[in-house]
Amino acid sequence: MEEYSSKVMEHFRDPRNVGTIENPDGVGHVGNPVCGDIMELYIKVNEKEIIEDARFKTFGCGAAIATSSMVTEIIKGKSVKEAEKVSNQTVAEALGGLPKVKMHCSVLAEEALRKAIEDYRKRKNT
Amino acid sequence: MKVYLDNNATTPVAPEVMDEMAGAMKIFGNPSSLHQFGVRARHIVEEARSRLAAALGCSEEEIIFTSGGTESDNLAIRGALKNTEKRHIITSAVEHHAVHNTFNELGKQGYELSRIGVDSNGVLVAGELERALREDTALVSVMLANNETGAVQPVREIVPLIRETSPGAVIHTDAVQAFGKLDFNVKDLGVDLLSVSAHKINGPKGAGALYIRKGVKVKHLVSGGHHERNIRPGTENVAGIAGLGKAAELAVPLKAGVIEKMKSLKQRLIEGVREKVDNIRVNGDPENTLCNTVNISFNNVEGESVIMMLDMEGIAVSTGSACTSGSLEPSHVLKAMGVDPVAAQGSIRFSMGKYTTEEEIEYLLEQLPPVILRLRKMSPLEG
Ligand SMILES: Cc1ncc(COP(=O)(O)O)c(C=O)c1O
Ligand code: FES
Repeated sequence: MEEYSSKVMEHFRDPRNVGTIENPDGVGHVGNPVCGDIMELYIKVNEKEIIEDARFKTFGCGAAIATSSMVTEIIKGKSVKEAEKVSNQTVAEALGGLPKVKMHCSVLAEEALRKAIEDYRKRKNT
Repeated sequence: MKVYLDNNATTPVAPEVMDEMAGAMKIFGNPSSLHQFGVRARHIVEEARSRLAAALGCSEEEIIFTSGGTESDNLAIRGALKNTEKRHIITSAVEHHAVHNTFNELGKQGYELSRIGVDSNGVLVAGELERALREDTALVSVMLANNETGAVQPVREIVPLIRETSPGAVIHTDAVQAFGKLDFNVKDLGVDLLSVSAHKINGPKGAGALYIRKGVKVKHLVSGGHHERNIRPGTENVAGIAGLGKAAELAVPLKAGVIEKMKSLKQRLIEGVREKVDNIRVNGDPENTLCNTVNISFNNVEGESVIMMLDMEGIAVSTGSACTSGSLEPSHVLKAMGVDPVAAQGSIRFSMGKYTTEEEIEYLLEQLPPVILRLRKMSPLEG
């Protein structure tokens, strides 16, 4: 297989923001239909719509863990609006690229983020 | 510490084999040439043939050298089918891709396939085979031992069954993983065709052989000269063949002492993991798997991340077959055994070799539990 970048390895070795958030403002739970891997993303959003905290739990390959970790880093401190623009490409690029067969893993992170934001909006509007 | 526990993927080349190959490489003649240069090269090829024949328990004329296990499997199956009009072929559900995909392609070409299932230990269900056998069955291919789980198949037992119901059928077995780790000889097994590969027995990559029982017909797949009795044209890979011969010779004593050693390491590995990690499943019956192979599902973690974390500690293991890494599909072998798909995703194969030591297994048993614990903490599947 193609090798992982050093950035991927760094995040895999030492993933940031592992875990859950008590009383989260949004949760995204997604499964990857391609490989069966699973990711959960938790976000805490303040009244200014800034993502104060983000945590993840992932059952997946090295790329899935690294992209989970990276996506939490990227969105922390961002407004929900800004976070919405984060795509799997953004995450993969921030990791110094991913092997071709592993690009779908970054989609997992993107979808978890979308679902978490969706969930946040739903909770806010009810 | 560096610990290599992926010997079913490939093995380190034995120093004796390297010496043999280095010597052979100095003999540059073409084994088909009539002059002295050729004669010396021919001598090396024939010496290797007799060593391999001795290790397998057959005669020299029954050995055809190939480029490895994959080619041997293809040559056996496709080459035998070229000599018959019959179109029904049988295999097991747990074959290596070299056989599995060959059957898939033959299916697309119009052959009628029967794929025989396995029980939860990965062992062929003989009754199912019995029902599938027909008078017009052309070929049966069942591996001797599985690469992912080490499960040993009842090849010796099914041969008489096949002969009785399908007297014209050619019987092939892929013995790539069994060779050197299981005490067998081809006459006892009673098969017609048997594949071996050098790099699984501390020999070089790109060298293998097919045993063809005297009287059984196999036709060449590529056209060319008269090498290897017209069955496998092309100037011989002299150094590779020399390496295979030497490795086969070394594999014979391996059968005695080293098998016992590996068995006790295997037992220690299984006991150790059971003791230190909960929520696991050992795939395959340890009493009926190869002496060097242990396959364990670690629930709620994913295999690739286990491999990567162990790799950081200097330990090399794998998920299923090496050819599957990089592919996203779960192992067809574990699936056929009825292993739950999520558990299959967390399955790790530990495969020892003749150089594996007790210290290495103890090191693994120290490093593995914290890795599983860490990944489980990260897993959304853990409560
Ligand atoms: C059971 C089995 N058959 C065939 C092969 C293919 O052998 P080779 O790598 O020499 O082509 C392997 C190993 O990869 C194997 O484990
Ligand atoms: S292979 Fe499943 S997320 Fe990477």
